[in-house]
Amino acid sequence: MRRFLPIFACAAYLFLYLPLLALGAFSFNDSKIAVWHGFTLSWYSSVFRNPALVEGMINSLIIAVAATVAATAIGTLAAYALWQKRVPWLTGSLYLSLLSPEIVTGVSLLVFFQWVFHFLKLQLGMHTVVLAHISFSLAYVVIVILARLRTFDRSLEEAAADLGATDWQAFRYVTAPLLLPGIVAAALLCFTVSFDDYVITSLVAGVNSETLPMIIYAMARKGVSPEVNALSVMITVGLGVLVLISGRLESKR
Amino acid sequence: MKLRTLFLTPGAAVMLSLFFLPLLIVLAYSFLSRGPYGGVMLPWSWESYARIFDPLYFAILWRSTWIAAVATAICLVLAFPLALYIARAKEQKTLLLNLVMLPFWTSFLIRTYAWMFLLRDTGLINTALQSLHLIREPLPLLFNTGAVILGLVYGYLPFMVLPLYATLEKLDPALLDAAADLGASPAVAVWRVVVPISRPGMIAGCLLVFIPCLGAYLTPDLMGGGKTVMIGNLVQNQFTTSRDWPFGAAISLLLMGMVLLVMRALGDKGEELL
Repeated sequence: MRRFLPIFACAAYLFLYLPLLALGAFSFNDSKIAVWHGFTLSWYSSVFRNPALVEGMINSLIIAVAATVAATAIGTLAAYALWQKRVPWLTGSLYLSLLSPEIVTGVSLLVFFQWVFHFLKLQLGMHTVVLAHISFSLAYVVIVILARLRTFDRSLEEAAADLGATDWQAFRYVTAPLLLPGIVAAALLCFTVSFDDYVITSLVAGVNSETLPMIIYAMARKGVSPEVNALSVMITVGLGVLVLISGRLESKR
Repeated sequence: MKLRTLFLTPGAAVMLSLFFLPLLIVLAYSFLSRGPYGGVMLPWSWESYARIFDPLYFAILWRSTWIAAVATAICLVLAFPLALYIARAKEQKTLLLNLVMLPFWTSFLIRTYAWMFLLRDTGLINTALQSLHLIREPLPLLFNTGAVILGLVYGYLPFMVLPLYATLEKLDPALLDAAADLGASPAVAVWRVVVPISRPGMIAGCLLVFIPCLGAYLTPDLMGGGKTVMIGNLVQNQFTTSRDWPFGAAISLLLMGMVLLVMRALGDKGEELL
């Protein structure tokens, strides 16, 4: 048992990381096929010369930033309110939205948007993707902020009130500054889940709102391309760094 | 208006308009009839629900359930020793745990793509085996049920490790010493002491893995190559190529119902974990 556990754990970590490391290594391979031919960075530069990929990247960034700003603001306020007094239906529905299969969330938003379009002359596009992303990332924000608020001492706000602060002043000058690392952590996480989403996005996106994951999906179906390998490495490293920063901020208490 | 109410309003509005209302529309559509070009029309009908029991569709439901169950079982077998190792590590516990969680937070699509890169006919494994002259024809590693299960295990393993670690971490090491003093071998001690104590973590982990596996769409789509159709693919198909919205709505609600049942089983524990 003493020898088995470490060996097994090593194997498990290899299982988790080996596919990504192999993909990463071959993004530097000077060949289109999976045989090592020598080192090159050309796939990385060709990603940025591919207009479809660049457009997808810009779309993904716009969507992720817009969704993150909105969801973080809405989620932070909601989490603060939930911390002051429980609202079971709201926490329950956030929890349910987190567990809902993505495909169900996606089709329900699709039929909702199509239904709304009966009344408004609109079409699927960036705006519907942003709304969908706000909806599914809200739960992540609320969970991160609530976890942080639970470590807070309520007497700080009581002291502020005793000293004559209004509810707003107590929030603005006492709780919000203390909460700031948590808010940043939540925003980074929100950005990650938004940037990375394929299933929901592909259902509610219009013709002019193709995101990076949608392009990667289409390329993955066609076959392996070293360009996608290079792109995958950049996304994985980028998102990984954001998650690490987010975790660091979250654990600081 | 009180500040608290003011703060709650936008969040409540988002959940009502972009979560509950869409589900209500799905509910209404599931009882309507199929429109000629997608969409729905009157009259109201039960037909979509009746079609779930059509042997063709029932087979897909059944297959999804067993694929999710097998993936969950494999996750449990892999996650238990790993969680035990992390829980008993002297130092660096957080680092070891974060190393399990990190891939989960990076792109699911890319992690699936990474496996496709390894398993394809022209992928790394087949190319390597061929160049070593171990095989002549590429092995059919991708686009089958086994690949789907592998993809699901890879994707959701962290969900099993996390709750298992949470229960194993609280385990008093003195219990194992006591078992050893009473003559139990380490393996017996784990089986008769550690496993029963970690049962709540196992149940939570199994539920947390089973739910997303049951509703999986991307993994069967990419790694099953369209052959291994699961419920998620059936739903997507009704809203795209088949254009049968009422039936798609009915299966979506069936899936949602299963999720609710599992959520009920998880109870408050789930909320604590998340």
